[in-house]
Amino acid sequence: MRKWIDYITDEKRFSVMVPIIAVLGAFLFGTIIMLITGTNPLDAFKAIIRATTGMNLERIGTDKFFNPRLIGEFLTAVMPIALTGLSVAFAFRTGLFNIGAEGQLIVGAMAATVTSIIVKLPALIHLPLVILSAIVAGGLWGLIPGFLKAKFRVHEVVVTIMMNYAALYMSNYVLQQLPGSDSVKTVPSHASGTLQSEFLSNLTNGSRLHWGFILVILAIITFWFIIEKTTFGYELRAVGFNKEGARYAGMKVDRNVMLSMGIAGAFAGLAGAMISVGTFNYGRVISATEGYGFDGIAVALLGGNTAWGTVFGGLLFGGLKSSQALMQSNRVPLEIAMIISSLMVLFVAMQYGIKELLKHIRKSSQAKGDK
Amino acid sequence: MSSYDIFFSMLTLTLIYSTPILVAALGGLLSERSGVVNIALEGLMMVGGFVGATVTVLLEPYIAGALTPWIGALAGMIFGMLFSTIHAYVSINLKADQVISGTAINLLAGGLTIYFAQIIFNQQRTETFRYGFIKTTVPVLSDIPILGPIFFENIYTTVFVGIVLVVAVWFFVYKTPFGMRLRATGENPQAVASMGISVLKMRYFGVLSSGALAGLAGAIMVLTQDTQYTGISIHGTGFIALASLIFGKWNPWGVLGASTFFAFSQVFALYANNFAWTQGLPLEFFKALPYIFTIVALVVFSGKAVGPKAAGEIYDVGKR
Repeated sequence: MRKWIDYITDEKRFSVMVPIIAVLGAFLFGTIIMLITGTNPLDAFKAIIRATTGMNLERIGTDKFFNPRLIGEFLTAVMPIALTGLSVAFAFRTGLFNIGAEGQLIVGAMAATVTSIIVKLPALIHLPLVILSAIVAGGLWGLIPGFLKAKFRVHEVVVTIMMNYAALYMSNYVLQQLPGSDSVKTVPSHASGTLQSEFLSNLTNGSRLHWGFILVILAIITFWFIIEKTTFGYELRAVGFNKEGARYAGMKVDRNVMLSMGIAGAFAGLAGAMISVGTFNYGRVISATEGYGFDGIAVALLGGNTAWGTVFGGLLFGGLKSSQALMQSNRVPLEIAMIISSLMVLFVAMQYGIKELLKHIRKSSQAKGDK
Repeated sequence: MSSYDIFFSMLTLTLIYSTPILVAALGGLLSERSGVVNIALEGLMMVGGFVGATVTVLLEPYIAGALTPWIGALAGMIFGMLFSTIHAYVSINLKADQVISGTAINLLAGGLTIYFAQIIFNQQRTETFRYGFIKTTVPVLSDIPILGPIFFENIYTTVFVGIVLVVAVWFFVYKTPFGMRLRATGENPQAVASMGISVLKMRYFGVLSSGALAGLAGAIMVLTQDTQYTGISIHGTGFIALASLIFGKWNPWGVLGASTFFAFSQVFALYANNFAWTQGLPLEFFKALPYIFTIVALVVFSGKAVGPKAAGEIYDVGKR
């Protein structure tokens, strides 16, 4: 027991233990909320297991037990969330809070749809062009708050929030102007300009799994490489640690702030392509933002703003998101998934308290041992 | 309608739309003056709006119509305050990053309100209430030329609540010893502590009163502009309140001006079809306009906008 406590409360392991405690704490509180409100938490957990592993625990032994389509849908849900997570994490590393991943995603999705519908080219050129347009559009949308921050000292939090709404309405307008669009969606994209794959779909019993996962893996490697292995990434981190110190060391702080927001926006823009030319093959006119940006914040915080932490966070939140539909059909209000993810953010915000608690437990366990 | 009438009704509607922004921003003012950044205004408004609508719907069968929205608003205020204790505890006691804590509360409020709507009403929104606040015309005063039709005709009483709150907050923050201590806590908490005043208590007061005001703002918003609470009832008004606070330079009168400005840009979007020179522009453009105005206003006034010095900073007893 003592050894076990020592292992958990070791300060060296705080960066792993705090997110784990945050996740467990969030699930615990979520369970309590469900119990108080007369919802069966087991139904919620069964939905989560079924959505992430494809296994239906209520149908053990029958041919309905395992359905690979759910795994495909789960991975499809992970892709945009992991990318908005990278977006928020990238900005965080430079000390910037990118609440605008949502808007950058919307603009990226819009650009991808526009390029995939109005351009007609062989897939070999068309698809890269579509992806590039999403990255560039998201990057520009991120560059604006970066520029305003660097030039006019306007706080990026308020600006990015406002730009989320601006992006929503702009995208809705542009998509409806495309030939053949109605008030909810555009016409289908040219097949040459989408990430969709019959092969992957057949492999997973007809899910919407698409080639985007390769781009997500590339994005994660790119994130890791820029931040950890390049001088530029070192400068970004230096600005994040101590702006004045970085300036004193001769780094161009303003330029780095702008570029950091631009690159963060590019990640989110790519996330938009995952949705508009991956999960779907048409552009959607939406009435409200869909929360991908906020999922990204949670993913980044939980993953400690690292590339690999984002993989972990993305899988977790993708799992929660993809289990929502099953929850609702299990008579669990699907918002419980949102409640659990926001509780995770709250627990990560409380990390100072969690660390103090761990230190306290360690001290009292050692005091007992000395007696 | 003549263009005069349109103009008057636009101004009246501006006052109505500005009230929730104003009240929430005054809450933000009290919190930030005490040194705690409160980006959670949006979420607190959601809680207030949901509770306000729910209480109104549930009480309607039992209590006279005109009274229910007031009880609903009061309940929204109380629950907003209760919900803000999370932000207070996490960011004051546990020294969390206040922006992250506020973001978590916004997310949590979005989830919890709809979750409870599903539990209580079996749908992702509250049921519609029959009696929200009702527009009134003040006798005598409405006969005053020009000002009468704007301020006293077809207006909600809540507009006056908002204006009274501006005066009250101004008086409190600038004219009472307690208010001055609150401001000092946001500027230099160490100095305040050296005078034997508890920084912790002052900040709790700031955050909790912001929760109450934001809750009230949310309830007023839903009970005047909506017929039920839905997931998009508040649609960023808390963030616009935050922008009003910055734009209004953390001063109650400045906040009044800023929130009126933002409300006018919202109303303008509604009336855009009435003007020849705006008819050709797409509807989405006007919907986006308030948010774009906010960014422009922040850029134009950015150089001079200086908030409380210690806002957002974790209170460190040992710091000099």
